[in-house]
Amino acid sequence: MGRRAAVASSLSSAIIVGLIIWFFWRAPNGANVRHFFLDPHSFWINLTGDPSRSLYSILRCFETNVWMFMLCEALVLIFGLGLAWLRLSRTPILAPLRVASAIYTDVFRGIPIILVLFAVGYGVPGMQAGWISQRTPITYACATLVITYSAYVAEVYRAGMNSVPNGQVMAARSLGLSDVQTMRRVILPQAVRNVVPPLLNDFISLQKDTALVGTLGIVEANQAAHVFGAMEFNYTGYTVAALLFLALTIPMTRYTDHLIAKDRRRRLAGGTV
Amino acid sequence: MSAVISAQNVRKRFGDHEVLRGISLDLAEHEVVCLIGASGSGKSTLLRCLNLLETIDEGDIVFRGQSLTDARIDPNLVRRHISIVFQAFNLFPHLSVLDNVMLGPVRALGRSRDEVKVEAMELLERIGLAPRALEFPDRLSGGQQQRVAIVRSLAMKPDVLLLDEVTSALDPTLVGEVLDLLTDLARGGTTMLIATHEMNFARNVADRVVFLHNGEIVESGTPSQIFDQPREAATAAFLSRVN
Ligand SMILES: Nc1ncnc2c1ncn2[C@@H]1O[C@H](COP(=O)(O)OP(=O)(O)OP(=O)(O)O)[C@@H](O)[C@H]1O
Ligand SMILES: [Mg+2]
Repeated sequence: MGRRAAVASSLSSAIIVGLIIWFFWRAPNGANVRHFFLDPHSFWINLTGDPSRSLYSILRCFETNVWMFMLCEALVLIFGLGLAWLRLSRTPILAPLRVASAIYTDVFRGIPIILVLFAVGYGVPGMQAGWISQRTPITYACATLVITYSAYVAEVYRAGMNSVPNGQVMAARSLGLSDVQTMRRVILPQAVRNVVPPLLNDFISLQKDTALVGTLGIVEANQAAHVFGAMEFNYTGYTVAALLFLALTIPMTRYTDHLIAKDRRRRLAGGTV
Repeated sequence: MSAVISAQNVRKRFGDHEVLRGISLDLAEHEVVCLIGASGSGKSTLLRCLNLLETIDEGDIVFRGQSLTDARIDPNLVRRHISIVFQAFNLFPHLSVLDNVMLGPVRALGRSRDEVKVEAMELLERIGLAPRALEFPDRLSGGQQQRVAIVRSLAMKPDVLLLDEVTSALDPTLVGEVLDLLTDLARGGTTMLIATHEMNFARNVADRVVFLHNGEIVESGTPSQIFDQPREAATAAFLSRVN
């Protein structure tokens, strides 16, 4: 971009942003909105918490979201791969599992996650089926995220493996590599490249969906904002929670786009074959 | 002279379409056989059946006296002895040139990296690509890639090398360097079955030329027999079309 173009585009962006702010500022009830959603005093209390008034620090509660999605993402990577592998296996003995894996991915990609959360979070304890019904809400929440997102990620893996040309498999076979060696040395390393951007996209969704688990009574960032809103009749907590999520997801979104762009450049440069 | 590998009355169908209709073909040690025939005559299918990339419907494939249609045979073991090179090279794009050559011996044969590396470098030296051993395949020209693919197969020290139109995807100016390598291998005594559209090359290097037509071997003989005095009308018609 030339210097003039850069100046022009920054200027037009500044004007647009200015207009949007002005619109909300000047809205008939603008002052009210500012008070409810952008109150500096509430903002501060929401960040730090106030034990004397039983108000949570949203920053601390956000830690729950963070470790939840980190744990869940690790598990999803493993279960998703297992599902995809079953789905692509050609061994006749595994045929029932192949069908089961196909049904699983279809079903759990089709159900809104909040319904799965209710089913697991209230249904499983309600069954009174011994050990499995006596877990903590956070366990059920993590189980829900893993169950649902494994289905998405399995499809991502599958598309990635299918994107590796058949000639690669033939070449590996003709060198005498076994099925497992072919998968490990030839298919997976190439699939990973194609898989990383869509995988990161799913992870961004997963991170945001950790905000749903408050429904089970888990105090994470969104639930803490909810408590503050109910007690103080002020919704600035939601703004704080939103900013915390953005602080996490925006770098990841940017990085994903960067990878996608890099990959496109590589493909264009590659040209032949 | 006993055959290294032989096809015995091999039949192969894709659905209703019978692509190979009773092929019998022997390949002796150090023999170079060129397989010619029109597009769709079944050359690729035959080569892929020979190293078990395709299953056959009838007949048998015998490697050093052992039937390969036996259910107890592990195809992966067989393929270490019968290697195939494809028209589309199929080099592994995520591995360096050197690693492409080393993958089979190290992983499939379980040999030590150091030992294999010495041999791989020697092979690359031979095709003049040793200085580019650490580059990725997409940095090489088509001809260079195909020579690496051939060398990758050779690194397995196969008993038989199958080559499927290895120059067809190449720019005409690059065909020569690949054919030179094959000529070199032929002189060195590598047992090869070569499907090709390069008639001059077949005439120069082949011990025997086999003409495949609609899934059948119509005629086979020395290059001069086939090219100069074809006995069958189909052979003559094919040759007049390609020349
Ligand atoms: N996997 C497959 N499924 C169905 N039909 C196939 C398959 N592979 C090959 N065929 C058919 O078998 C016939 C022979 O194909 P083959 O590739 O062996 O011919 P070819 O002699 O190698 O031709 P070319 O010179 O074009 O490479 C063709 O009619 C082709 O359409
Ligand atoms: Mg072919």
